[in-house]
Amino acid sequence: MTARRLPAQHDPAERTDPERVRITVDGAELTGPAGSTIAGILLENGRDSWRTTSRDSRPRGVFCGIGVCYDCILTVGAERDVRACQRRACDGDVVSLQEETRPDAAGEGAS
Amino acid sequence: MSIVVIGAGPAGLAAARSALRAGADVTLLDSSDQLGGQFWRHLPETSRAAKQHVLHHKWSTFEALASEITQHPRCTIVTSAQVWLLEQRDQGTPRVHAHVGPVDSGGRESLTLEPDALILATGAHDRTLPFSGWTLPGVYTAGAAQAIAKSERIALGSRVVVAGAGPFLLPVAQSLALTGARVRGVYEATTLPALARGWGAKPWKLGAAVGKMPELAGYVASHVRHSIPYLTGRAVVEAHGTDRVEAVTIARVDENWAPIAGSETKIEADAVCVSHGFTPRLELAIAAGCSIGPDRFVEVDARQRTSTRGVYAVGELTGIAGADAALAEGEIAGHFAARGPRSAAVSRAARSRDRFVDFGVRLDAVHAPRRGWTHWLRDDTVVCRCEEVTRGELDSIRSQTASCGLRSLKLSTRAGLGICQGRICGRSVEELLGDNFADGVPTDRRPIVSPVRIGDLAGQALGGSQPDERSPEEPPPQ
Repeated sequence: MTARRLPAQHDPAERTDPERVRITVDGAELTGPAGSTIAGILLENGRDSWRTTSRDSRPRGVFCGIGVCYDCILTVGAERDVRACQRRACDGDVVSLQEETRPDAAGEGAS
Repeated sequence: MSIVVIGAGPAGLAAARSALRAGADVTLLDSSDQLGGQFWRHLPETSRAAKQHVLHHKWSTFEALASEITQHPRCTIVTSAQVWLLEQRDQGTPRVHAHVGPVDSGGRESLTLEPDALILATGAHDRTLPFSGWTLPGVYTAGAAQAIAKSERIALGSRVVVAGAGPFLLPVAQSLALTGARVRGVYEATTLPALARGWGAKPWKLGAAVGKMPELAGYVASHVRHSIPYLTGRAVVEAHGTDRVEAVTIARVDENWAPIAGSETKIEADAVCVSHGFTPRLELAIAAGCSIGPDRFVEVDARQRTSTRGVYAVGELTGIAGADAALAEGEIAGHFAARGPRSAAVSRAARSRDRFVDFGVRLDAVHAPRRGWTHWLRDDTVVCRCEEVTRGELDSIRSQTASCGLRSLKLSTRAGLGICQGRICGRSVEELLGDNFADGVPTDRRPIVSPVRIGDLAGQALGGSQPDERSPEEPPPQ
């Protein structure tokens, strides 16, 4: 709960925000200004991690913010491995978070 | 004369404009859906900001470039275009393969181009050295803080530590402050004596840096205004927290960047933004067969030509020297790629480039990571973020196998084999495994530049598209 979108009325760039788009993330409805990336909407709504790593089951979210590290990947509709920091949110996007076990972890109780 | 420019940051935009002015037909590709690259990453077109320029350096230059290019009848701009392969040809400039459409989606339109000349302007990304806890949510690259502040107006934290090396940390701290965050401090690893020696020596050779003084003075004034402490000879050596970062340990470091025992202090923070310089995005240049120098930048001649016929490289691919150098290099490459005649303007650009490139050389000499950084790692420190490979595992496999081939070491450890393909950890893994690899293949080589969905690859193999022919109505079979 630490990242924060600067309210438009306090922005030295004198910004005005467009209408908000609505997405669902694992069933929860989140909104953000049109043109936001999916990562932007998650961050604005207090989420800073949304993936669980396969080996150590650790939380991850944005790291590089420019599409290089792939740490922020999630599933949009039926498509896995979409970089949240690069993909703009479209109204109605259905997003789910990714948690995966490695093939060699099967049967080892990894979840 | 057809020219393809890949990358629409300062270098690519300048190259496109200059090639258009010299009479060429230009196709400008960028993976983002807007122009400007990382340097001018900005608010989405749906937002309005009367004073967006306060968030940027040289914003009016961007507006002039973008406006001329987008209105030019001989310019085709293809945004959301992810180039995933450059294919060398026996005759002619490499063939460019791109997917055009929403980021990482399947069934994107295939675009194949066979230009007369190719200008690579793919830029660079942050290099962040590993430290314990750097995989915790709330730890970011400095570039992430900058990009998200400028394009989303989101501050990644309310009490932020900025650390690493190089002057780029200053605009990052400024962006955070302008986005409502409190920056607890900027911690530069380079020591004060090294800074004084590096920047103070031979000041008569600092022509370009003098030109950068107003910019620097602006950041200093901003730091004073926002009360941001700037401390040298210090590094973040550990981030603490359970499921997200809560604090960092800062240690003093020596001239070789090795932490000094007993100098640690713990600072509470809810975001930590760390970068130790930049790594050029060399994949396409390597795929095109361009020769890479010992400093691991693309080698170019005075006209920005690479060793591959018809291929030019500009901007951070040729050295990290800032936007001014990138603009000058782009102007030169675009002009000569379009077979423009010698001109006063292009000579001026060449002089400007040479000055700023000197500045870049100085920058690297002063701020490039020193090998002592490996002393802040513990055995359980994750080095490869994707595959979660620790320093201890790298050491153990290196000593067990006695292998001196980087490729086999990567296969044994899995370091650098994850989804980022070693972009984040590659050079750190190389430094930890030793410098002399028998196979001589560094971690920069990535023949497939970005992930491609298998259905799209199958569609491509089935003859989905021909050169210069787009088929928007017929997405490849899934």
